[in-house]
Amino acid sequence: MPAPRPQPRFPEPDTQPFWEATKEHRLTYQTCRSCTKVVFYPRAHCPHCGSRDLEWHDSKGLGTVYTYSVVRLNRHPAFAELGPYAVAYVDLDEGFRMLTNIVGVADPVKDVHIGMRVKVRWEDQESGISLPMFEPA
Amino acid sequence: MAVQSRDAAIVGIYEYPRRRAPGVSVLQIKAECAARALEDAGLSWKDVDGLYDAQDGPGMAGLSLAEYFGFKPNVIDTTAVGGSSYEFHASHALRDIQRGKVKVALLTYGSTAASDARRIGTGGGMGGWGAPSPLSNMTDPWGMTLISNYAMVAHRHMYQYGTTSEQLARIAVVTRAHAMRNPEAVQAMKDLEFENVREITVEDVLSSRMIADPLHLLDCCMISDGGGAVVIASRDVVRDTRQKPVWIIGAGEATKYVENDGDITVSAAAQSGPLAFGEAGVRPEEIDVAMIYDSFTITVLVCLEDLGFCKKGEGGQFVSEDRLHFQAKLKPALNTDGGGLSSNHPGMRGIFLLIEATRQLRGQSTSQVPDAKLAVAHGNGGQLGGNHTGGTIILARD
Repeated sequence: MPAPRPQPRFPEPDTQPFWEATKEHRLTYQTCRSCTKVVFYPRAHCPHCGSRDLEWHDSKGLGTVYTYSVVRLNRHPAFAELGPYAVAYVDLDEGFRMLTNIVGVADPVKDVHIGMRVKVRWEDQESGISLPMFEPA
Repeated sequence: MAVQSRDAAIVGIYEYPRRRAPGVSVLQIKAECAARALEDAGLSWKDVDGLYDAQDGPGMAGLSLAEYFGFKPNVIDTTAVGGSSYEFHASHALRDIQRGKVKVALLTYGSTAASDARRIGTGGGMGGWGAPSPLSNMTDPWGMTLISNYAMVAHRHMYQYGTTSEQLARIAVVTRAHAMRNPEAVQAMKDLEFENVREITVEDVLSSRMIADPLHLLDCCMISDGGGAVVIASRDVVRDTRQKPVWIIGAGEATKYVENDGDITVSAAAQSGPLAFGEAGVRPEEIDVAMIYDSFTITVLVCLEDLGFCKKGEGGQFVSEDRLHFQAKLKPALNTDGGGLSSNHPGMRGIFLLIEATRQLRGQSTSQVPDAKLAVAHGNGGQLGGNHTGGTIILARD
């Protein structure tokens, strides 16, 4: 058995609501009530205008691969024995970009492409939270 | 052309020659480099009144270092923004000298990254250390190594502009050619047990093993021990120094990070470059030698574009023309010491960019460009495809 993946650690008040929502398999993001822009990663203030008046939303979990890399070498014990795996930035349809893994493909070297449509797939963790990963839509 | 300032100059340099230094501490490397750089300048230990440090040693950086060195400086600056910290320090030293706060500024760096077997690029720093931050909590679980972060920039650059692995490889080929002319770089590659200590071809790069698609082993810098020091002095001190002065005529600083609608192929250099070139009153095409942080081949390609050597997206074509090599027809020559790819990368390479640029403008490089007059040193700190800094310094000789 590989070591568990690094988990988000708490207390960390900006991202705690995001990770709480993953327990219900909800992928959440914020918008600013003052300037209407999308805020991600989660924060208590809007990085565009400084407002503290933010609103949480649920994403539909559909997006597009912005860019990716297939990791062949990671010495961290959680990943060392995993074989090649894809890390990616995915642009969600609601307008936020998140780091994630692309899973559910036979060969990440051949089967992941920039521009491909993906949907969220939840990977429950022993710590109680769930990791949002993405697979071909 | 704007009037170039001649207020502060690099007058002393030293690069720690060993890339494997077991049993030596970071502080010892810093102190030895400081003494030798001051000796190079013809200045003494007691002349230093400004201390610039990137927090590479133990304790509270500025205080601990002043005490260890035995200095009571008037200015302490502990800006720590990754590998570009030393370009930020040079920028701040220029400012502090112009304000009359400092006459002799000392920048030092020491690292035992190789002896500590730090897995900088491949997961060694991943997760679980220090206090959690919003960024760490949104990054750690997915196994993004530092190399894969840069690789994501490369993939997007290929997608948007048709850049190829062959074009990226040319950067590694040229820096290795320079390294083979530098005895310290050759020794470094031997000491770090490189498989082949020789000139390499594009094919060698492409056939080296993939670390994180699309970056191969030979697209990646080494991890060494090492260190260095730079002494920057005011105009009135320069008169009495041993070496020809290398003037700091322009400086720019910037940050960049992931944004929801951002372009990952654009680095902080797009902001710091125009600031530095604007202050210097020179254009990129006038630059003879470019020392650009080669953590990876993609870093150089992106920064060349962002500094204005060519248009965005044309970096692949630019590096394929007859340039970068010190004997090439076209400017600029790139990383003539061998760079981080093939000479020295203990984690924060920015100080070596200033050192090799200074050697070139003094006429002391092992791959000397004839009559080099203008140099740029551009440091990139942090992660190119995530949050990072860019520090650009323009240097000129008399």
